[in-house]
Amino acid sequence: MRRLVVLGAGTAGTMVVNRLRPRLPEHEWHVTVVEQSDTHRYQPGYLFLPFGSMRPKDVSKPVRATLRKDVDLVTGTIDRVDTDGRTVLLQDGRELPYDYLVIATGTTPRPAETPGLEEAMAGGDVHEFFTYAGAMRLAARLADWRGGRLVVHVAEMPIKCPVAPLEFAFLADSFFRERGLRDQVEITYATPLPGAFTKPVSAEYLGTMLTERRIALEPDFVVESVDGDEHVLRSYDEREVPFDLLVTIPVNMGADYVARSGLGDELNYVRVDKQTLLSVDDDRVFAVGDAANTPASKAGSVAHFQVDGFTENFLAHVEGRPMTDLFDGHANCFIESGAGKALLIDFNYDTEPLPGTYPLPKVGPMKLLRESRINHLGKLAFRHLYWHVLLPGRRMPVPAHMSMAGKQVPPNGRTTAGGTAGETPTPVGIVPSFGED
Amino acid sequence: MPVTTIDGREVHVDAEGFLTDPSEWDEGLGKTLAAAIGIDMTEEHWKVIRFLREDFQTQGETATTRRVQTVGGFPTKQQFELFPKKPAKKMAYIAGLPKPRGCV
Repeated sequence: MRRLVVLGAGTAGTMVVNRLRPRLPEHEWHVTVVEQSDTHRYQPGYLFLPFGSMRPKDVSKPVRATLRKDVDLVTGTIDRVDTDGRTVLLQDGRELPYDYLVIATGTTPRPAETPGLEEAMAGGDVHEFFTYAGAMRLAARLADWRGGRLVVHVAEMPIKCPVAPLEFAFLADSFFRERGLRDQVEITYATPLPGAFTKPVSAEYLGTMLTERRIALEPDFVVESVDGDEHVLRSYDEREVPFDLLVTIPVNMGADYVARSGLGDELNYVRVDKQTLLSVDDDRVFAVGDAANTPASKAGSVAHFQVDGFTENFLAHVEGRPMTDLFDGHANCFIESGAGKALLIDFNYDTEPLPGTYPLPKVGPMKLLRESRINHLGKLAFRHLYWHVLLPGRRMPVPAHMSMAGKQVPPNGRTTAGGTAGETPTPVGIVPSFGED
Repeated sequence: MPVTTIDGREVHVDAEGFLTDPSEWDEGLGKTLAAAIGIDMTEEHWKVIRFLREDFQTQGETATTRRVQTVGGFPTKQQFELFPKKPAKKMAYIAGLPKPRGCV
């Protein structure tokens, strides 16, 4: 018998086992998945929990219920992977030998990476929503918050679901408006990036979304420390951003056992080939979803599109055939913009988000890079598809590789907001945002 | 992509002046780019820029502030001292590499 062991039964790991199990002959392969939690969470719902627009039951199911019956589930915490001995060691001493290993243990927020943040979170005014517990705690705080300075903050890139903090700011604007509190709330968005929108076409289409919602921007903000007592964020260039309520996205990192096993980069993400997801250190190890160091967004849609090709590649690899279904970095993400509307973006390693329609040219029905009601309804409907189509490993009616069908390509040479074709800037004086703004 | 002339040769840049083809870069060009944003390159500056160039060769993307610190060995504080206010963006500009970006 050959043994496939999958680490993590989140979005990626669950799809991997549910897709691969029926493709691997039962008399030849054992398939085991290791998961430390008993509950599978629908993580896109964490954005809605703080505002009360999703409930705990909407985002939770027992792990066992999401897995095919012929997949073995081991509940436990991973200590490390012995790649020489091809064995997974659990903290309770159990050992799981494997022939092939798939790492899908994702990424988690690490408040301890930012001086002062862990201590500040012990008080009542500093929150995060990238964990279930954090989102629920924030829901309780928002329910009775009476206004003040709300700061939405990203500590460092990359993070899981890079648009989530922006969505949070938009939904917060909408939430306080509906409650008649908007005039009592100042919202600031602090990011280490040069702006809220950094891709040229997105910046052109969406650049005004913050000002329209009276959300102040604090760009290039590299946080040095969080002071929970003084209620202030401090940056390396000695800026201070005061807050009454801070919603931060802490540094995100992969699981510590990845580092202990010698498979990770500086953020514990598994070093893989970005097209095949095979570890560059060990040809018996793959990593799928957030756990991998692919330069794609860390998002459920990425995991979904990866798994489509991965399934075929895995079957080829174990038979000694070359892997030919190469991952293109495809991501497809809804961006909630508040007031019952959302945007949709569709992009990959080489193509930035463009305007147009999705999935079909002209008829859509979703609109790319534009706010619409139907995009929002699509995001809400997606929860049902997640539980009943995606996780069980059924086919979604959209292609895994990004398609240019329905996308509008901007005129050649026009690459940034305000830039025009044929402009020939000189290097001096065309770096305006390097100024002391 | 716009073409501009720096040090007597044509290079491809985006509308902000970032090189769009890292292979068109050499240290002479880096020195000129640095001067354009008011940075006089010392050996300490070059150590960081050379790390960024080498890291880009293997990783295919510009190293983050954290990666420059943990893999390159240049503390974030030092990056701010050498390339004031906006080190990530300035280092990428001088090294002829893509600037830090999000997904939108």
